[in-house]
Amino acid sequence: MGPEDLDQVLKELPIPKDPKVLVGLDTSDDAGVYQLNEEVALVQTVDFFTPIVDDPFTFGQVAVANALSDVYAMGGTPLTGMNLVAFPIKTLPSSILKEILLGGLSKMKEAGVALVGGHTIEDPEIKYGLAVTGIVHPDKILTNAKARVGDKLVLTKPLGTGIISTALKAGMASQEAVRKIVESMVTLNRTAAEWMKKLGAHACTDITGFGFIGHVLEMATASRVGVVIHSGDVPVFPEAVEYARMGLIPGGAHSNQDFFSCKVEIRSDVQNLLVDIFYDPQTSGGLLISVPSSEAEKLIATLKKEGHGHSSIVGEVVEEPVGKIRLL
Amino acid sequence: MAVLDCRGLACPQPVVSTKQALDQIKEGELMVIVNNASSCNNVERFALSQGCSVKIREAGEDFYVHIHKAVGEDVRKATQPDLKAKKVAVYINSQHLGSGDEDLGSFLMKAFLKTLLDFETQPNRIILVNSGVQLAAEGSKVLETLQMLSEKGVEIICCGTCVDFYELKGKVKVGRISNMYEIIDSMLEADRVIRP
Repeated sequence: MGPEDLDQVLKELPIPKDPKVLVGLDTSDDAGVYQLNEEVALVQTVDFFTPIVDDPFTFGQVAVANALSDVYAMGGTPLTGMNLVAFPIKTLPSSILKEILLGGLSKMKEAGVALVGGHTIEDPEIKYGLAVTGIVHPDKILTNAKARVGDKLVLTKPLGTGIISTALKAGMASQEAVRKIVESMVTLNRTAAEWMKKLGAHACTDITGFGFIGHVLEMATASRVGVVIHSGDVPVFPEAVEYARMGLIPGGAHSNQDFFSCKVEIRSDVQNLLVDIFYDPQTSGGLLISVPSSEAEKLIATLKKEGHGHSSIVGEVVEEPVGKIRLL
Repeated sequence: MAVLDCRGLACPQPVVSTKQALDQIKEGELMVIVNNASSCNNVERFALSQGCSVKIREAGEDFYVHIHKAVGEDVRKATQPDLKAKKVAVYINSQHLGSGDEDLGSFLMKAFLKTLLDFETQPNRIILVNSGVQLAAEGSKVLETLQMLSEKGVEIICCGTCVDFYELKGKVKVGRISNMYEIIDSMLEADRVIRP
């Protein structure tokens, strides 16, 4: 759902305050966090969506990697998952559903997450995802609200999965482009999260449906800071530039642009096609990490060695303009 | 004129239908009707990317995208299968062509870029690194030539680190800022990389 529509609905909900809710809806964070005791807080998140690649097994893997990412983005460890399935069982063979679930299960095994159940409904449109429960130490939660002025911002995966998926749907994506986004989307954010914690990151969020700009703004707003982004340093899939030029842009990118553009100042020489990619909704995107500037290079070097070859320093946290982005 | 009613179709169907319709026409007009701004934007971009001209009219909730496909688009594509099929990247890592006298090097680089324009087809991309980025910046003697190449569809990319190093932020007048990842990717993807 687009940010504008979602915002309308959530604004009106009278959610009671609870001191055990350490992270709730107020800061638009990745997952909810609920304190159990002094050492342990529960982390909960849920995610599901329609297929974005043709192969069912791969779709299952992507959906689970995407769902688990929110727990990693909070500095947590996922423990259990429950499948959420919508499938037209009367018109499509059950073998397809089985493949999706096998893909999901393979990612859960990789992450050490136990599948403990799920819920399935009949639906003309396929949807798959996961409800995830994890844990985190209450003093070590990585919200999106503690980015500090002077921090560097690191992004761990390239942008452009939405555009390339759209091109795939249109039958116009190259095999190479699809291979690249699949490889990126099935990569767990677990290793990146482990390293960001070791190197003292201040804040983190993952890049998903609201696009790069939407999620950077969430962090800037929650942390009450401004952000400068260097557009040339942001990793993007080059094919996304070409497909954006051809108008293969998902509706979500336009919704994101409509909602967030008032908070973005764009320097005149930034290429429009890059801006389109910055609004492109991502699936199973990378982590956006706000890290002390003294640790940024070390984090990049380590992530590159650990299979996150596209990690880059994309910008820095500044005092002003609060809750806005300056895109250079 | 053929009319394509794409109202209510989910993305990317309007672009797919437009492509199918344009593939059927050698030259002529196509009217595509959509009922949301993002489909309108996408169809417009697609048509422009295929070398067509586009006019848009809004009527209530609907957008009428009037596309004109000029003659020669198909013919041009048919007579140059080679360069269209092969990706050619030009890698320029200095503002001087060759080593030796720098004035001669500047002169040769200008000649190289100007002569590129004389060919029927151009490379897909020009990659500028190190002092090469100065060619695309304010004050460069080859700005106009690079601009003409860009208008012919050549994508010009400048290494961001180099732009920063030479203190050219905000002074790059043609092309766009890129990064090492994209530069390497361009070279790996190209069928041919030319280094003048």
